[in-house]
Amino acid sequence: GTPAGEVLHETRLVVNGVPHRVRVPARRLLPDCLRHDLGLTGTHLGCEHGVCGACTVLVDGRPMRSCLLFAVGVDGAEITTVEGCRSPDGGLGPVQQAFRDCHGLQCGFCTPGFVTTVTAWLRQHPDPTEEEARRAIGGNLCRCTGYQNIVASVLRAAELIREQEAAR
Amino acid sequence: MTTRTMGEPIPRREDPRLVAGDGRYLDDLGGGALAAAFVRSPHAAARVLDIDVSGALEVDGLVAVYTWEDLEGPVAEPLPLLIPHPDLYAGRTAYALANGVVRHVGEPVAMVVARDRYLAEDACERIAVTYEPLPPVVGLDAAVAAERTVHDDVPDNVAAHMVQEHGDARAAVAAAPHRLELNFTIERSASMPLEGRGVYARWDAADRSLRVYSSTQTSTSVRFALAVKLGVPVDRVEVVAPDVGGGFGVKIMHPWPEEVLVPWAAIRLGREVKWAEDRREHFVAAAHERGQRHHVSVGFDDDGRLLGLAVEFVHDNGAYTPYGIIVPIITATQLLGPYKPGAYRAEFRSVYTNTVIVTPYRGAGRPQAAFVMERTMDAIAAHLGRDRAEVRAANFIQPSEMPYDHHLTFQDGRPLVYDSGDYPATLDKVKKLVGWEEFAAFRDEARAAGRRVGIGLACYVEGTGVGPYEGAHVRVETNGTVTVATGLTTQGQGHETAFAQVGGETLGVPVERVTVVTGDTRRFKYAVGTFASRAAVMSGNAIALAAGKVRAKALRIAAEALETDPDDLELADGTVSVKGAPEREIALETVAVLANPLRYAFDEQAKLATQFAVGRGVEDPPVAEDDEPGLEATDWYSPVRSTFANGAHAVVVETDPETAEVRILKYCVVHDCGRLINPRIVEGQVHGGVAQGVGGALYERMVYDENGQLLNASFMDFLMPYASEVPKVETDHLETLSPLNPLGIKGAGEAGTIPGSAVLAAAISDAEGIFVDTMPISPSELWALRERHARNARKEDR
Repeated sequence: GTPAGEVLHETRLVVNGVPHRVRVPARRLLPDCLRHDLGLTGTHLGCEHGVCGACTVLVDGRPMRSCLLFAVGVDGAEITTVEGCRSPDGGLGPVQQAFRDCHGLQCGFCTPGFVTTVTAWLRQHPDPTEEEARRAIGGNLCRCTGYQNIVASVLRAAELIREQEAAR
Repeated sequence: MTTRTMGEPIPRREDPRLVAGDGRYLDDLGGGALAAAFVRSPHAAARVLDIDVSGALEVDGLVAVYTWEDLEGPVAEPLPLLIPHPDLYAGRTAYALANGVVRHVGEPVAMVVARDRYLAEDACERIAVTYEPLPPVVGLDAAVAAERTVHDDVPDNVAAHMVQEHGDARAAVAAAPHRLELNFTIERSASMPLEGRGVYARWDAADRSLRVYSSTQTSTSVRFALAVKLGVPVDRVEVVAPDVGGGFGVKIMHPWPEEVLVPWAAIRLGREVKWAEDRREHFVAAAHERGQRHHVSVGFDDDGRLLGLAVEFVHDNGAYTPYGIIVPIITATQLLGPYKPGAYRAEFRSVYTNTVIVTPYRGAGRPQAAFVMERTMDAIAAHLGRDRAEVRAANFIQPSEMPYDHHLTFQDGRPLVYDSGDYPATLDKVKKLVGWEEFAAFRDEARAAGRRVGIGLACYVEGTGVGPYEGAHVRVETNGTVTVATGLTTQGQGHETAFAQVGGETLGVPVERVTVVTGDTRRFKYAVGTFASRAAVMSGNAIALAAGKVRAKALRIAAEALETDPDDLELADGTVSVKGAPEREIALETVAVLANPLRYAFDEQAKLATQFAVGRGVEDPPVAEDDEPGLEATDWYSPVRSTFANGAHAVVVETDPETAEVRILKYCVVHDCGRLINPRIVEGQVHGGVAQGVGGALYERMVYDENGQLLNASFMDFLMPYASEVPKVETDHLETLSPLNPLGIKGAGEAGTIPGSAVLAAAISDAEGIFVDTMPISPSELWALRERHARNARKEDR
């Protein structure tokens, strides 16, 4: 920081469909902006160097490690956080529901990054095999579950989404 | 709706909050708080000559900078030695901020408080500390050689020396028909929860009260420690463990320097202050475990039966010993596993090094113990040319021999007496699950195809549910909901669900109506904490006892209202009814109203209990002498000693002939933790435990260089397993009930991790035909081991 204080930059973000205008220093990380400026604390920081994936959010639909992004760097982007992965009625979204159904979480700290990652991945891979499901979560660290039930959660989420689409 | 939920794999009640991003972890709290950051030592050993903070003063948003000189009273004194022991004769603890000397990289030297974390770190960078670096002590060899010391007044670097013996083990070994001398080494790893440590403190100057949120495994003990350190009356201190993002042992350590300093600064500044640890800090300033080197002398008969076992080991405790010598004590005692050792002797030295402190990490000395014992069993089998499972079976304590007294002292200061367990049945199950008998044919087939496959087996016994006690409070509210509060904490074990199952079933209300609070001293002030696979055993039983009391009280009050005898009543689905006459019933919420004689009616229900409505005789006091108002009760569970869970793992691996990569083909777990409260949760604990066991065996280690720098202090370089490394686990359970507690349960949290290194080393040895005695083992180490083995074989040929 400069002794005299930092220059603030106006930044526009559409987060979970809601437009926001924030004034942040250039160095403010996106997750700090989401968590502390917008109050969306569902996005968690596990390593702050892009390895664990807990902070994964969708930037214009693509999963990205928010700890490696500056808020000003995604000016104008549409961001989806774990809070935005709910169903339109405010209940659990299919991926969230699947994690609950399959005991795909224990402490829950890494879970938001898995939920966002899996949400994006299932859009491209609606009917995965178990092996594909395991690969899909291969970039996220979980210290609690041993991943077995997370793999099951991915498969269950795919099933729930297919059921929802069939019902439409 | 049913009230029978014990033993049912119901989905977790905490999950809707956690999957939706509505969890409240430490750094999700205190949005407006000031941020703390720490200047930490870059040297493993150094004198601190000068701290120049003047550069930091220019930083906009700086609030305060503190060094040890600024501390006063108990905060300026060394941190407590939590678990004293007579054999820990040279225990040393750190100061909250360095007092002239630093003894490991990462030790806090100065604290900065600023408007936000960015600014606090800016200020940290501008603080100039002048050090006089000293040559550090790194690794067990340097510690034992003691050419240099970590503490000036501990000339041999030995913090503790302990011997436990039953029988004359060395004589028994010497007299045995077969003898082996073996060495085993395990390196450091760490708990590494995805959420680091964190502390958030609010001081209410007008109320003279302090509330502290900490990502801890023991909020009650943090409360007592802070009251002492900060000189605040304990009744003015509340400590809350919010949602905690994993612990695995490291968060049982307390009070951390940061845990004392953040509330101290909050009081001094009259402002809210928060610190959330970053990942590098967690590597260099939290705690590690596992580093030990062992020597085994074992004597046995022609069947492989142990006659004498003598184990000496050195334990690396890092720079300080705030958590005492619990880890090596556990190794020394739990090494025996399910076996009768003949005469047994364990001796250890716990030594100082200029590295991060060592405190329990899931398994807590048992992974080392299982590694040493199980590899010894394998060595005996190899020596005698016998089946490895057979040799184990020959040494098992039989179910008929329970309770079995080892004549040693366990980590809780109590006799090491196993309460129950069926080790032969456990072994049979795991052999079936993995296909032990059929494996030889598979191995031959694979070998013929140029593949190397191997099978390993490892058994363990885990003392769980150590005392001294836990308690619980259960209350039926006047709306029919039930609140359960217990003091120990939760880091992902699903206590909100499992404890609701225990409370709901005991009381006779649907689990959906039960709310559980853990780790909040506002709700329950006395507890020990969550560690040693103790939560289900300790708080589970305390909740059952308290709920039983509430149930009895409900039946008594209902009997008065229904003008019958309590014995003629039953309580199910939240309703008390007369047996055989279910139309005569009273809802539990009404009983709760009647339990609290009222003067004032707050709502329609409350009218029933007001003074002109109740029918109690005017000659009797509204609350009887031996009674108290409210449909609630507190009770405690305090066992005479630990209950012993057990299990066996079996694994099939394939090693790559070229790259020496190890691939797990099959991983089987048989586990006996007594009665299961929620099989789904227990299963999850096993899966997660195995993942940490695999990580510890094949990937994770703390790499210190000779200067005491931790070279791999990031997730880039410390290799925690991803989904691609962790095998799918096949499980089977036994339920041998513990006779020690009313629910018959034993702990399950750590078991999955314990035999990881033992079983993988065994399978790799089997695949390679080389005895593996050092873990973890990387592909390059296995490759080097092959080269060494081949060289030795060539020498022998010549």
